[in-house]
Amino acid sequence: MPTAIECRDLRKTYDGKVEAVRGLNLEIQAGECFGLLGPNGAGKTTTIEILEGLLAPTSGMVSILGHRWHENEREMREWLGISLQETRLSDKLTVRETIDLFASFYREPRSTDEVLEELQLTEKADAWVGKLSGGQRQRLAVATALVCNPKILFLDEPTTGLDPQSRRQLWDIIRVFQRNGGTVLLTTHYMDEAERLCDRLAIIDHGQVIAEGSPPDLITRLGGHHLVEFLVDGNGGDGAQDAWRSLPSVESVREDDGLIALNVKQPHLTIPALLEAIERQGGKLQHLTTRQASLEDVFVRLTGRHLRED
Amino acid sequence: MSVAQETPVRTQPATPPPQRRNGRWAGYSHLLMARMLELKREPEVVFWVFIFPLLLALGLGIAFRNKPEGTVSVAVVQGAKSAQTLLQKSPQAKQFKVQVLDAESAHQAFRLGKVDVAIEPGANGTFTYRYDPARPESVLARAEVNDALQSAAGRKDPVPTKPVSSSEPGSRYIDFLIPGLLGMNLMNSGMWGIGFALVDMRQRKLLKRFVGTPMRRGDFLLALASSRLILMIIEVGLLLAFGVLFFHMRVMGSTAGIALIAGIGSLTFGGVGLLTASRAQKIESVSGLINLVMMPMWIFSGVFFSYERFPAIIHPLIKALPLTALNDALRASILEGTPILHQWPRLLVMILWGGISFVLALKWFRWT
Repeated sequence: MPTAIECRDLRKTYDGKVEAVRGLNLEIQAGECFGLLGPNGAGKTTTIEILEGLLAPTSGMVSILGHRWHENEREMREWLGISLQETRLSDKLTVRETIDLFASFYREPRSTDEVLEELQLTEKADAWVGKLSGGQRQRLAVATALVCNPKILFLDEPTTGLDPQSRRQLWDIIRVFQRNGGTVLLTTHYMDEAERLCDRLAIIDHGQVIAEGSPPDLITRLGGHHLVEFLVDGNGGDGAQDAWRSLPSVESVREDDGLIALNVKQPHLTIPALLEAIERQGGKLQHLTTRQASLEDVFVRLTGRHLRED
Repeated sequence: MSVAQETPVRTQPATPPPQRRNGRWAGYSHLLMARMLELKREPEVVFWVFIFPLLLALGLGIAFRNKPEGTVSVAVVQGAKSAQTLLQKSPQAKQFKVQVLDAESAHQAFRLGKVDVAIEPGANGTFTYRYDPARPESVLARAEVNDALQSAAGRKDPVPTKPVSSSEPGSRYIDFLIPGLLGMNLMNSGMWGIGFALVDMRQRKLLKRFVGTPMRRGDFLLALASSRLILMIIEVGLLLAFGVLFFHMRVMGSTAGIALIAGIGSLTFGGVGLLTASRAQKIESVSGLINLVMMPMWIFSGVFFSYERFPAIIHPLIKALPLTALNDALRASILEGTPILHQWPRLLVMILWGGISFVLALKWFRWT
């Protein structure tokens, strides 16, 4: 499979001080949906804007479908659909006028009606952009990217601030695009979005890739398979951590606001032993849940922080 | 024969729709159309660009019109009532608007500028004129009143004279004002229409989004400039038509010449506006900059009054301002019919300002 997007040792320093991106490597195959996942300020937007050719890197190599930005910019723009993190399109133009305007910049765009229907905006075609809801505006932003019939779609936080239904609508649109052979690069700080949508993803923190792989792969590799979380009264203090660690099938232990979370391969082995251990210590179980590990657990495991806290 | 169809709506058409192809100027024409639609749908723009200058011209034209009668207002203090009788007997009686007041109210009315001169009783049947030498209309009123009183009382002028009044279109304040308003309006709408619009689009990240497409950047700027020229034709046409219809203004120069001057002026301020907007990230900062750039020209460039009132030593500086050049060129063309070729130094001043601004703006312009 040919490489759609590649970058090597990408660095970006703002004003000679702030290092937003520090040595980032990515290789994204054609037809893939690839996610950049990370907290706010991790360098996701800087990275995607460098790949889009909107920002010059301080150093490093970028190649889009085998072409370099400074060599072939106008031609490359014909292949890329871009949705920035926040673009306020003109309020006083209608949805159709806006899509027609963007279509006019490309040599061979798609028909506006087709794009309107695909993004479920046909009903709103003659409404002013200023009158649209958040979800409709975001779909319009994606429509302006899809009207050029792109080979690669860049989406910077496409669903931030949207209600669950609008998010799902956008996910469907992205899947359809990918199913028709398109390549997608998106950034997000939503775990569920990354898990559902992306074939592969890179977790980014402080301008570097700290883990890369498919979501299930990352979860099994770094998050453990299951999580057992519990709360006990009068547990044995410092020594207790070691006691939990030595329970069968436990891979790691972490404490989060008094809640103890065990990374566990086989809960049916761990839980009976856990209950026994608590009883032996004379503690009282306040709370117990088990769940599948998620990307959030991967992130916490890697950075010691939650994704959404800033 | 009819066939019931129950296939889902989203079936693929049997033949794909014909491929859409864009020509070289598709981007430009869509950008221009979008810009014009946005302007048309923005009521504020319609007001400030088209209606406001008309209201300004109407207001100032009425306030400074050449007053026909009763223009000299005189207060007569009660003890000097014979002055009133004399004034009414005088041949110029129609000019005066006389009110009889007690000494204190007369003084008050004079102080507040409600009357131009006050006639107070002096000793032995003489009159005292209270007037202000710093107010031209007060000086004039004193002379007129004195003249009327003396001739009504029987003064014979040794030299016979005959006045002929002449206030022809072309020499009135409104004739001076309308070309000045035209120039100011072209400056305002050029600076705001280009400078403000660009920073607004930059702040909304729309410029960045456009740059993410194959849009030609030159086409984008060309579309902005074209929209200015289209608006310019409407602005100039409306204001001139208004002057002609309401104030019987006479337009001496050719339409083509005036349009050319206005077009160059419009593009000049478009260029200055582009330069002002080349780096600003926020509309607040560009608003300040635009006002800062326009301020000296409001004061010096002879919009509301002639810059001849400023000391002669700074006249060369004033004439080097683009708005001065535009106003002078418009006045010469509209009021005197000066041919366009004789105006080349003024046109050159504008072209230099516009051209240099444009080149610098392209060098510094930030699309993101």
